[in-house]
Amino acid sequence: MATVSTSNRLASVPTTEPAILVVDDLVMRFVTADGGVTALDHVSFGVKPGEFLAVIGPSGCGKSTLFNIVGGLLGGYAGAVTVGGETISGPHASIGMVFQEESTFPWRNVLDNVGFPLEISGVPKRERIERARHFISMVGLDGFEKRYPSELSGGMRQRVSMARTLASEPKILLMDEPFAALDEQTRLLLGDKVLQIQQQLEQTTLLITHNITEAVQLADRILVMTYRPGRVKRIVDINLPRPRTSEIVSSEPFGRYVAQIWNDLREEASRGLSDAETRPLRTHDKPQGQP
Amino acid sequence: MSTARLIAPRWLPPMVGLASVVALLAVVELLIRVGLINRFIVPLPSEVATSFARVIAEEGIFQRFLQTAWECFAASILLATFGITIGVVMHRLPLLRRACETWVAAFASAPLVLAYPLFLVLFGRSTTTIIMLAFLSGLPPVILKTLEGLSATRRVLINVGKSFKLTPAQQFWKILLPSALPTIFVGIRLGMIFALINVVGVEFLINFGGLGQLINELAERYDLPGVYAAICFVILVSVIFFVVTERAERWLRSAA
Ligand SMILES: Nc1ncnc2c1ncn2[C@@H]1O[C@H](COP(=O)(O)OP(=O)(O)OP(=O)(O)O)[C@@H](O)[C@H]1O
Ligand SMILES: [Mg+2]
Repeated sequence: MATVSTSNRLASVPTTEPAILVVDDLVMRFVTADGGVTALDHVSFGVKPGEFLAVIGPSGCGKSTLFNIVGGLLGGYAGAVTVGGETISGPHASIGMVFQEESTFPWRNVLDNVGFPLEISGVPKRERIERARHFISMVGLDGFEKRYPSELSGGMRQRVSMARTLASEPKILLMDEPFAALDEQTRLLLGDKVLQIQQQLEQTTLLITHNITEAVQLADRILVMTYRPGRVKRIVDINLPRPRTSEIVSSEPFGRYVAQIWNDLREEASRGLSDAETRPLRTHDKPQGQP
Repeated sequence: MSTARLIAPRWLPPMVGLASVVALLAVVELLIRVGLINRFIVPLPSEVATSFARVIAEEGIFQRFLQTAWECFAASILLATFGITIGVVMHRLPLLRRACETWVAAFASAPLVLAYPLFLVLFGRSTTTIIMLAFLSGLPPVILKTLEGLSATRRVLINVGKSFKLTPAQQFWKILLPSALPTIFVGIRLGMIFALINVVGVEFLINFGGLGQLINELAERYDLPGVYAAICFVILVSVIFFVVTERAERWLRSAA
């Protein structure tokens, strides 16, 4: 294995380093017509600088709720989210979000979409274009600068969204199932892109996903959530060498991690499934991705 | 064969459009000539065509054309300004919206032109009467479409704005408005159609001003070919306005 000799970045992140993002005892309840749903139940974890944490859990376990709370878009919870020691109370400048749904601006071309956060922070036009181009090429979209989202494929649009968030140079990148709508091949290849970018920028990343392969392929640690109420079931360290590529999915240790996490998830997923079958009219059967 | 059909040349659609108009006129001409349509009610298209020169030379049509176009332009500016503003305010204040949306919609279908005597009393027999009536009758669709467009802004785009910490003003100018713009322009086009109809209608009714008055006069002289030639100029006004709004929309979208 050629990859063994390359540096393992996990080792380079000292375990004593304080977490830049701390989620502390988060509890979130939604009040609905038929009582209430506890979406998050005493969820706590931390993400260290440069670390890639994946949160995985069955559908409806509260992942998007967590994403919206950490992103500062949702209030009314108990507990606290701190970024660099500062408790958030709304969108935080250090956090960049990539949404589950298609979120490019259809009236802007790729260059202006990616340059959007720079425009907002008042970066002069020339520099803005230069920096936007840099991030466009980082996600592999050179030559598409003048295209509009309607002229791009779903995977390309998702890369535009990612480049736009990266262009704001957030300390922490927060992603909610960014590849959920894509086919498996595109997903793997985009996963490579994310890995490459994350390693290049040493980007602290919190990825929300329900895809085990994706989680193991990308993450330093995986947080497995239980089905409702959403709790932390287990946090698994992924000791696979870095830099990784999608080729790793065929390796033997990779398979072991996938099996281990699937084992954890199976219980939860089947609980979710039988819950949905026995109570088909419950309000949680709403479309995915809504906050 | 099939690929040739798919990549039709750019000039083909307008040519087919023109040809269909010509064909329609030819059919009308034929029906009149064989006597199926009474030629005292519908003049021969060929007579209309030949009457153009006369109408242009004798009736000062360009003057009237400019007059009608100006009234229509003024009404359009008013209805866009007020319609969008009112729509935005109603979108901001949900209570106002719930209170007023229904009757604004009802207002849209009211035959406002029948209130022209009231406007005559208020503004006299003047361009102001014409512009005000046209403006008011075109206002509801702009308000309603502005509301519709703003409310249809996708939640996730608003969240993108929040995550980039946009101020409420930036949120409006950079996200809500551009996202609503296509729908707002549908409203403006609708409003302009109502406005033009009312401009010409009121000119006709109060016998004042541009093309509408001319149509009135020609009709009284029973100069039917002349009437239809004048109507062609009304259509020209609307064509010009459509082209202008299309340009404006494209420009605004790229500026957002
Ligand atoms: N606005 C809301 N009102 C009421 N209940 C809500 C609301 N948002 C989420 N919930 C509930 O909270 C639970 C978690 O929802 P969430 O969207 O976070 O799930 P998820 O893990 O992201 O699911 P998926 O993988 O399908 O996107 C669900 O049971 C849902 O019904
Ligand atoms: Mg979700």
